[in-house]
Amino acid sequence: MPDASQTAASDEQAAAEAPARRFAETLLEVQNITLRFGGVKALTDISFDIKKGEIRAIIGPNGAGKSSMLNVINGFYTPQEGTISFKGKLRKAMRPHEAAKNGIARTFQNIALFKGMSTLDNIMTGRLLKMKSNLLLQALYWGPNLREETEHRAFCERIIDFLEIQAIRKTPVGKLPYGLQKRVELARALAMEPELLLLDEPMAGMNVEEKEDMCRFILDVNEEFGTTIALIEHDMGVVMDISDRVVVLDYGRKLADGTPDEVRGNQAVIDAYLGVSH
Amino acid sequence: MSAELDTFPKLLLHHAEVRPDAPAMREKDYGIWLTNSWKEAREEIEALACGMHQRGFRRGDRLAIVGDNRPRLYWAMCAVQALGGVPVPLYQDSVAAEMAYVLDHAEVRFALVEDQEQVDKLLEVRERAKTLEQIFYDDERGLRNYTQEFLHHYDALLAEGRDFAKRHPQFFTDEIAKGSGGDVSIMCYTSGTTGNPKGVVLTFDNVLKSARNGAEFEGLTAKEDMLAYLPMAWVGDHIFSYAQSYAAGFCVSCPESGATVMHDLRELGPTYFFAPPRIFENILTTVMIRMEDASAPKRRIFRYFMEVAKRAGIKILNRQPVPLGDRLLYALGELLVYGPLKNTLGLTRVRLAYTAGEAIGPDIFDFYRSLGVNLKQLYGSTEASVFVTIQPDGEIYADTVGKPAPEVEVKIAEDGEVMFRSPGVFQEYYKNPEATAETKTPEGWVHTGDAGFFDDKGHLRIIDRAKDVGRMNDGKIFAPKYIENKLKFFPNIKEAVAFGHERDYATAFLNIDLAALGSWAERHNVAYGSYIELSQHPEVREILREHVESVNRDLAGDSHLGHTQIRRFLILHKELDADDGELTRTRKVRRRVIAEKYGELIEALYSGKAEVFASTEVTFEDGRKGKIEATLTVLDAETYPVAGGAPERAAAE
Repeated sequence: MPDASQTAASDEQAAAEAPARRFAETLLEVQNITLRFGGVKALTDISFDIKKGEIRAIIGPNGAGKSSMLNVINGFYTPQEGTISFKGKLRKAMRPHEAAKNGIARTFQNIALFKGMSTLDNIMTGRLLKMKSNLLLQALYWGPNLREETEHRAFCERIIDFLEIQAIRKTPVGKLPYGLQKRVELARALAMEPELLLLDEPMAGMNVEEKEDMCRFILDVNEEFGTTIALIEHDMGVVMDISDRVVVLDYGRKLADGTPDEVRGNQAVIDAYLGVSH
Repeated sequence: MSAELDTFPKLLLHHAEVRPDAPAMREKDYGIWLTNSWKEAREEIEALACGMHQRGFRRGDRLAIVGDNRPRLYWAMCAVQALGGVPVPLYQDSVAAEMAYVLDHAEVRFALVEDQEQVDKLLEVRERAKTLEQIFYDDERGLRNYTQEFLHHYDALLAEGRDFAKRHPQFFTDEIAKGSGGDVSIMCYTSGTTGNPKGVVLTFDNVLKSARNGAEFEGLTAKEDMLAYLPMAWVGDHIFSYAQSYAAGFCVSCPESGATVMHDLRELGPTYFFAPPRIFENILTTVMIRMEDASAPKRRIFRYFMEVAKRAGIKILNRQPVPLGDRLLYALGELLVYGPLKNTLGLTRVRLAYTAGEAIGPDIFDFYRSLGVNLKQLYGSTEASVFVTIQPDGEIYADTVGKPAPEVEVKIAEDGEVMFRSPGVFQEYYKNPEATAETKTPEGWVHTGDAGFFDDKGHLRIIDRAKDVGRMNDGKIFAPKYIENKLKFFPNIKEAVAFGHERDYATAFLNIDLAALGSWAERHNVAYGSYIELSQHPEVREILREHVESVNRDLAGDSHLGHTQIRRFLILHKELDADDGELTRTRKVRRRVIAEKYGELIEALYSGKAEVFASTEVTFEDGRKGKIEATLTVLDAETYPVAGGAPERAAAE
């Protein structure tokens, strides 16, 4: 009988042997980004790119500037210096709603859902940008508006099926356990049909099983929808397993950038994580 | 087409002709119930059969079916039967190694599976299951990058089949006409408490005759609604959700996913419902927990009317005389409590509900009956095509399993074992003549392995597995399951294992019920960090001790089994689990495994030690292993003097 350990071993082997995926087209590029809050430099001269179709991880110790970086990308923070180009368009800063319209969706470190609304309604809010009819017409729920709503509902149902949250479709989100709330947030981001999905610590505070589920969903999203994903994560095992390339930040500076294997072997990264004796 | 409707495919053609637009199957997908009529079912099954034929499926071949209840999987059963093949449904939660044995043993050449998870398992055991040639899958998610040439999508198969059917319009009906009632219709592998699973071979005559008898006995019509949510590999599901649907022509619905069964039940409101006692118990526990959280006036109304229901409900259901005052109160209760409650649970329209497989707690049983739900017990086995005994209407008792079903003969052997003979009796265990000879006598009597007896009302009472009935050191009978069931009737106790064979006194292992005690802990501000911590909490121990003592008091009143009161017990640090081999897939205790694995703990129960260190290996859902360690306290329970002299002979006669 092939026992579990053997299976696990062969899986690892398979993972190791899998050829690195190649991506040609650049989706997003940040250049020489510097972000200051008063006198505090959150980010200093950061440059990296995200290729279309890849899973890109941003890692680093606490306070390294990872979430700030994500906030810069989706336009929540405006950097003092540097430029961002998304889909070939260069701009100094994007407003959050522009980012959303352009196909950047995100989830948050501390879940930002509408707690009193059901899972389905939360996901439907992700479709708002795609809806043509205005508030008044929506309230009528008749004719073309009815059809439009039906179409969007059908799309949401596909996501619900995809993320296997059928059982909580009508449950108010506030009543759900943390792991499921994270999944609902992912669902809402997916409802926007994003080209670039930003995940801020999608696995924080989860147990092993929930983490494994989330990993599988992230990989499936990437594979099935071809969504480009940039994620911040602390769990090194997860990062090394699922990401194509990793950028490492520390004290607002870029320490390293490369494939998981390159990053793992980088002395500066090891020092940042394990500390160095001075 | 032969005039006689002696196979399921023939019945399919019949229904497609007689009631083409009546619903045959329903499935909830993307949040919407999708209905397929008998005509549509026939069309798809024909395409499927043709597609399979083109893929090389021939008379006598076997198709493994693995997955949650889905119309497509049920249709595949019928398609295979139309081609003269045999469906072999497997438990969808079995690990790959378990599947390999069955695939190899049944010489399965084709498999239809639900999704990537099952495909992966089959790919993993492909070397061992050498006969397996082609795998069809329903849900393509995650399978995009699988390039194996023997993997085919269900839709592709269907398209090929439609094409073939167009060119050979007579093929399907011709193939069906070749089948007859004596052919093998299905092979059900029983999970078995010991050794490898055994393939129970059933013919169309077996399955259909049993299904028809059952349907006739209960007056099932084409108007029933059934929710198919139990494993397809289990013979019960095969009879209730497949055979009886074809026999009576009613519609079977498939839930959206395993987690949504309760929602779907409520939306659907079935008229015919089956659930093992465990599920009825879970529903009741959930109701009680939610009532605890309700506001005080609501709680009072609920309690008051549940008292009324207890007094009058069961009698009203049994058509016994009830005082007018109670009748009126019950009607008011129906309006205020029972009706809304049944609606919430999806039991409003239930005409007939069965429970079987294990003993059901009298409180639980009475709860549903007092609400007006016609819940009955039946006793059956895979070898009997389910039905052995059924409780007839108006003769319902919580502690019996009823009278022999139509055309079934039941007798009690010398040693107290229950034996039966019926048209549903299986042909053989596939490729296992020894086991067949052990179970089935040349005259067609089947050993059930259960010990039981007929009571004064002519009803069968089952006390335990015959082989588990032991003797204590003083030679008195010891029926562990009888005690365990009594223990498990407490919502706080999830699982119990009793010991006493060749011992001086009886002892037990208990598993706490995390849902029930977790809720208790929340309400009483008891903090705990893990299952282990809660299970070993001093207050939890006291609660369980009270339960054990109450069982002892109960046992003391039974002159047959009063000597088996539990003197010492301990609360296990982990839940007994099928993945660790401690329970069967149908959640029956595997005594031998437990005796080996927890030998030290059992010794501690008899050695007078107050504490014992336990370290146990566990298997996680993904197959990896880990260890759980804890120091467990051995607890003592009060025993009570037995009423009346205990006679020497066994409870069975």
